[in-house]
Amino acid sequence: MRHILSLLLENEAGALSRVAGLFSARGYNIESLTVAPTEDATLSRMTIVTTGSDDVIEQITKQVNKLVDVVKIVDLNEGKHVERELMLVKLRAVGKDRDELKRTADIFRARVIDLTEKTYVIELTGTGDKLDAFLEAIDRALVLETVRTGACGLGRGEWIVKAS
Amino acid sequence: MKLSDAPQSASTEASSNLLSGAEIVCHAMKAEGVEFVFGYPGGAVLVIYDEIHKQNNFKHVLVRHEQAAVHAADAYARATGRPGVALVTSGPGVTNAVTGIATAFMDSIPMVIITGQVPTYAIGQDAFQECDTVGITRPCVKHNFLVKDVGELAETIKKAFFIATTGRPGPVVVDIPKDVSMAKAPFHYPATVEMRSYRPTNKGHSGQIKKAMQMLLSADRPMIYVGGGAILGNASAEVTALVRMLGYPCTNTLMGLGAYPSTDKQFVGMLGMHGTVEANMAMQNCDVLIAIGARFDDRVIGNPTHFNAGNPTRKIIHIDIDPSSISKRVKVDVPIVGNIKDVLDDLISQLQNAEQKPGNIAAWWKQIEEWRAKDCLKFKQSDSIIKPQYVVQKLWEVTKGDAYVTSDVGQHQMWAAQYYGFDKPRRWINSGGLGTMGVGLPYAMGCKFAFPDADVACITGEGSIQMNIQELSTCKQYGLPIKVILLNNRYLGMVRQWQEFFHGNRHAESYMEALPDFVKLAEAYGHVGMKVEKPGDVEGALRDAFAMKDRLVFLDFQTDQTENVFPMVPGGKGISEMILAEDL
Repeated sequence: MRHILSLLLENEAGALSRVAGLFSARGYNIESLTVAPTEDATLSRMTIVTTGSDDVIEQITKQVNKLVDVVKIVDLNEGKHVERELMLVKLRAVGKDRDELKRTADIFRARVIDLTEKTYVIELTGTGDKLDAFLEAIDRALVLETVRTGACGLGRGEWIVKAS
Repeated sequence: MKLSDAPQSASTEASSNLLSGAEIVCHAMKAEGVEFVFGYPGGAVLVIYDEIHKQNNFKHVLVRHEQAAVHAADAYARATGRPGVALVTSGPGVTNAVTGIATAFMDSIPMVIITGQVPTYAIGQDAFQECDTVGITRPCVKHNFLVKDVGELAETIKKAFFIATTGRPGPVVVDIPKDVSMAKAPFHYPATVEMRSYRPTNKGHSGQIKKAMQMLLSADRPMIYVGGGAILGNASAEVTALVRMLGYPCTNTLMGLGAYPSTDKQFVGMLGMHGTVEANMAMQNCDVLIAIGARFDDRVIGNPTHFNAGNPTRKIIHIDIDPSSISKRVKVDVPIVGNIKDVLDDLISQLQNAEQKPGNIAAWWKQIEEWRAKDCLKFKQSDSIIKPQYVVQKLWEVTKGDAYVTSDVGQHQMWAAQYYGFDKPRRWINSGGLGTMGVGLPYAMGCKFAFPDADVACITGEGSIQMNIQELSTCKQYGLPIKVILLNNRYLGMVRQWQEFFHGNRHAESYMEALPDFVKLAEAYGHVGMKVEKPGDVEGALRDAFAMKDRLVFLDFQTDQTENVFPMVPGGKGISEMILAEDL
């Protein structure tokens, strides 16, 4: 099953490779991993999307928690949560495709953030499913490049992941 | 900072309160009460060595290979319970040390390894003797640090000792670039450190402990399974008290030998791949199992599916300081995370206050005695050829079961574990997790430095001993009267045994040709060498060797080439699926 793990870790050189190295060393899957500093500059927030049975996810959580740089790990699937992923897509946009792509982008609430005579760069935010759906809705032959951030997420309501 | 920019020697009053990174390392060792630093010098640590030369707070031990430095420091930690310290240079110094670090990591040994690094300005430039130490060691350390600012050095070393010795112990690497060793900073060594990201749980949950107690008291077929964690946690006395109080059978893992006295009647022997029939059968057939500082690894319970499927109603209590060891290979019913000593103290006091007493398990003991009656460790003695098991038995007699015994890895290791009855913790020093050939001699050095007056024996094979034979030179330099017990069967015995069982008896590269004359070799290093070829000479040779209190004696026992280790659970099988000597 797919799980979304949210980590707070010390914003130290090498902290990312400790986490990534643990996953490869123990043979765990990483579907996506995203990390950036938080409002507290000493901490980074990492979101890892992984898959595994409940036993495997329990082991992953325990093993990650054991890393000295990891302050906290939470499995967002244990409660209600929201998640988003950002995708930028560069599309070949000429002739009749230009309007059609714009219309499709509007339907998905995507935005054109760069354009030339021949191309669009479209920004789209949502769950991974929604991003996949957008790519399926357009002519794949027009896709020049895609880049996706991987998911990040937060618990709903009062559920807060804090350092202490 | 360029080398030429490094602060020069103190010329002003202000700078006289400053210490160089190298001095800080030495002061930190003093503050930690370090007795020995095992190491090998080189370019990146020359400044640190220069400071070591000027001080008398700890003794530096010069080994002949960095791997041995780490092994010796590791053994010092295993034998004393205090953290071991090693010091190596950058690049090849580090890569040579990696085997030692990984060995310590697999067995959770508290160690601090100081590594030199090229100067900070040269990092990433493919400098001479540069390697990514933090990257290379990351998967085999509890934690590691690269110190880029001398102002952070003292606190980093404090953190390293703190992390190495608390929670589930392990090796910690502190990588110090040469310019950081030379740069100066005020020295303040903190008495304690707080880390928000590292707070091990020590106290067990009392509700869980109560559940465990009730489960134990209601057992009909209980089993107490004790691993290396009980030794690392200094909980042998508590384990012994618990086992005696309950009157239940107890087994120790390879790493747990000595946690409960081997010569006690409640002890059913070591369990696992080469465990006794009574230990493995009791493990498989018990109704309540309490695991104490053990991790259900593949060499202990064999195939976990077989372990569970063969006895699905078995209830398991698991005490461990590391939550990730719990329910990793085997699902448990009552997990208790905490320091073993504290948890057992609680459990014992709850038991003392309980109205319920342990049930009558006479029927279970009767069953265990039937298994025990198989006498699975018996071997055919010979008048003409030395049986390796016999050498270990005689060693036990001659040393009155009170020696520090180190081993290498292979058949001799298993015979040492099976036939030397360890009654005390921290007497049996071997590489259980990583299974590193070549540890035996440096392990014996670490023990001898820690306990100069104790008997120290290194049980080894002709394959393993040659993996760190150069340390005979270190032993000569420091006058370490170790007794090397070489069980020489002219084969990589364990490899040959597996080839006999699983590879059509084809001895692919398992025969050791062109062996040296070990007697002459020992003599060349300035030691005493003895070759023993007859069973009748074994005891006398051992007595002669241990009578030479101030000499290293290398005993080359020419043993039976065909002998195998029994019982044996083939890899991937369940632990009750043993092959016994009598089956063949």
